[in-house]
Amino acid sequence: MRLPISSEQVRHCRKLAASIAQEVKAEISPLSTVSVERSLLRLVGIEGSNQESVPLVNCFIDQITGQRALEDGALYWLSNTILATGESPQGIAERVGAGSLDLVRLPRQPRRAIEDLCRQIVQDALVTLFGKQRQRREMEESLARAPSPWLYVIVATGNIYDDIEQAKAAAEQGADAVAVIRSTAQSLLDYVPEGITTEGFGGTFATGANYRLMRGALDEVSRRSNRYVRQVNYCSGLCMAEIAALGVLEGLDILVNDALYGILFRDLNMIRTMVDQHFSRYLLGLFDTIIVTGEDNLIKTIDAYEEYSIVLVSQFINEQLAKNAGMREERIGLGHAAELDPALQDSFLKELVQAQLVRQLFPRSPVKFMPPTRYKSGNIFFAHALDTLFNLVSVWTDQAIVLLGMPTEAIHTPYLQDRYLSLESALHVRRAAGSLGRELRFLPNGQGAARARQLLAKTEESLTRISEDGLWNSLASGAFSAIRRTRKGGRGYDGVFRKGQFYQNPFLSREIVRRARRETAAT
Amino acid sequence: MSERRSFIRPYGDRLNDGAVQLSFSLPMSLSARSREAAKSIAGRLGLDQIRLVSALDLGNGFSFYILYGTTMVEIDDQAIHLTEVERPLLDFWRINQLLEFELKKRVTVVGATIGTDAHTVGLDAILNAKGFGGESGLERYPQFRVVNLGAQVPPDEVLEAAREQRADVVLVSQVVTQRNAHLENLSLLAEMLEAEGIRQDLLLICGGPYIDSQVALEVGFDAAFGPGTTPLAVASLIVEELLRKAQ
Ligand code: B12
Repeated sequence: MRLPISSEQVRHCRKLAASIAQEVKAEISPLSTVSVERSLLRLVGIEGSNQESVPLVNCFIDQITGQRALEDGALYWLSNTILATGESPQGIAERVGAGSLDLVRLPRQPRRAIEDLCRQIVQDALVTLFGKQRQRREMEESLARAPSPWLYVIVATGNIYDDIEQAKAAAEQGADAVAVIRSTAQSLLDYVPEGITTEGFGGTFATGANYRLMRGALDEVSRRSNRYVRQVNYCSGLCMAEIAALGVLEGLDILVNDALYGILFRDLNMIRTMVDQHFSRYLLGLFDTIIVTGEDNLIKTIDAYEEYSIVLVSQFINEQLAKNAGMREERIGLGHAAELDPALQDSFLKELVQAQLVRQLFPRSPVKFMPPTRYKSGNIFFAHALDTLFNLVSVWTDQAIVLLGMPTEAIHTPYLQDRYLSLESALHVRRAAGSLGRELRFLPNGQGAARARQLLAKTEESLTRISEDGLWNSLASGAFSAIRRTRKGGRGYDGVFRKGQFYQNPFLSREIVRRARRETAAT
Repeated sequence: MSERRSFIRPYGDRLNDGAVQLSFSLPMSLSARSREAAKSIAGRLGLDQIRLVSALDLGNGFSFYILYGTTMVEIDDQAIHLTEVERPLLDFWRINQLLEFELKKRVTVVGATIGTDAHTVGLDAILNAKGFGGESGLERYPQFRVVNLGAQVPPDEVLEAAREQRADVVLVSQVVTQRNAHLENLSLLAEMLEAEGIRQDLLLICGGPYIDSQVALEVGFDAAFGPGTTPLAVASLIVEELLRKAQ
């Protein structure tokens, strides 16, 4: 059911996006952030918080920042301290948290010894993580394969224990992926809260402990129902990089990770976000985790039909930024939605064409399709009808991951029965219409083909402009959903720093990664 | 048929049949007992002729029910008490005219979505020139000066802006209401304005799709608007209230 589009034009779009992403990469590679450094400490096994409930990784980074020693990075100071005191990373972090150890005061050890130790610590951490990853994939392979598209639902009670009950029910009802929506305020926190939480607003806090509880619950249902159920969370906000680390540590399967969302919708600083997003994606790529992007948000406040091409523009850019971070296309789940006003003539056809266009532009991406939300009202019956049509588009155009719409979208975060009704409709459509795309064709000169050509031309035009202006200036001039952000404005810029001459991050070393893989394979 | 009926009952397919449909989940696996429980709940709600038309197992120890029943409850049309008064709307010209010649001032409106709430569309619908539902927003009125602070604004910044801009009206939006997130924000703002001694100089109005106007008035607001509010409704209220205060 292909749309007739010019592959030359598609190639050109990709090339333009690649040049946009390349410019970003050149600018951010000498930089790191407090969040990236804290994620490194988490990856080498530091966890917990001090008496005042400040996470130890924050205590550590705050201390070296206070001493103006951040530029050498977390792993340099950690290794230096291990060499000087003989203590374990966790032991060191605990003493820093208690205020009884001054990292920067210790004598500087020989550079060579520090480098060697850093590499060793990182290699050991990678071996543990690759081992966990292997176990998880073995478990997945031991279960029946999930049919396509994966049905993705959210739970959002604010209380992890309620979330778990609802997630288990959803999994039993046929959900293939369950996302725990995050509390509204979390993206603006410059730390990841600790422990099990039961009080969130519009969602539940992302913490290592909550991840672990949910993982256990989903694994239990997976085994029981012989179907691997995927765990999803949000790798976004000021702690994007740390969430990536926690995701890898706790075995999450899918992380929502968008390069532009935080900048546009949470007013996070653009440089900070780009550095964090790059390292997050690098890490997630290393462990073959799927990311999904958030282009659906771009058309929540503007005319979703007239300005739809911004979705495609952002997808091209997200794809190239992720590839630059080392991810393979099969793990870059580009997000999209139609959000068309149901009052529009032929809105179903329009949605079908757009969904098919995305499918064609990114054939290897596990594209994630998002349901209508804007034009839903308290009329839950009409909302359910809209969602059923959305499900039909999803199945017909062979989307990989489908976030199910809820009849009560305009009222509250989903109740148990809302999710059931949505799953029932989606399961029905998946069964009823799975072969439709192989049977039907678009007219070569019909409305659909014309719309696809128009969209691609507009996308090419915007990408050309953005590549000329550069991404930073484009964000400043309102190229994305008319939102304007300045280079040094927004939250979190003070957490960005230029790496100093002693800076260490062997997670980025191909050599160390290769060695760790070999060591894992041998065990 | 324009005859006035004074007693009202739900309508299914015959006048006064009292037909009601109802659905809910129970934390029980589906069983004969759970079905009975569902029917008892409908009974305790006062329904008669209860029919359990669908009972589904939701897994993990939950189940879902759809029921029909009839109610004998009837409402006296004359005795309906409105919490939201349906006030007559003024029009664009009349509003500007009243402000210019009666109130004799340009009215400053400071708007914000407060707390961690990031929803801007509702407030923008009221404030932005583009407006909502075919009506212009307050920015388009020559007699309103609009300062839109955007979303995720802490209450103290609203206070600050209200003072700095010498606001006549403060409009706040709250959309996320899960676990009453909004109530804390709204009362905090009202208290702060009070404590700083500027509350009486202002018209304090909130809005959002799930705001209970009764509760909003209780925590110290002058008015509250719900779903589908149009800019004209807000502008009309502002004019009336400001004129009333000026007298
Ligand atoms: C668009 C949208 C978003 C966009 C917002 C973009 C933006 N810049 O505004 C994004 C994607 C960012 C978003 C995020 C979230 N959202 Co949201 N979102 C919606 C959605 C789809 C539409 C809201 C909308 O724009 N309506 C259109 C406007 C015009 O309507 P309105 O807001 O009701 O406004 C009218 C009246 O209420 C009134 N009004 C409103 N404010 C004011 C103020 C004054 C002074 C006056 C006089 C009148 C007035 O006038 C307006 C015109 O009539 C709704 C679902 C839905 N269909 O309603 C969910 C919804 C509101 N979101 C919800 C949630 C939970 C969230 C998140 C918390 C999810 C999460 N955990 O991440 C985050 C919140 C992030 C944050 N920090 O706040 C819930 C709220 C549940 C609840 N009852 O608490 C909803 C209902 C979805 C759901 N079912 O879960 N969301």
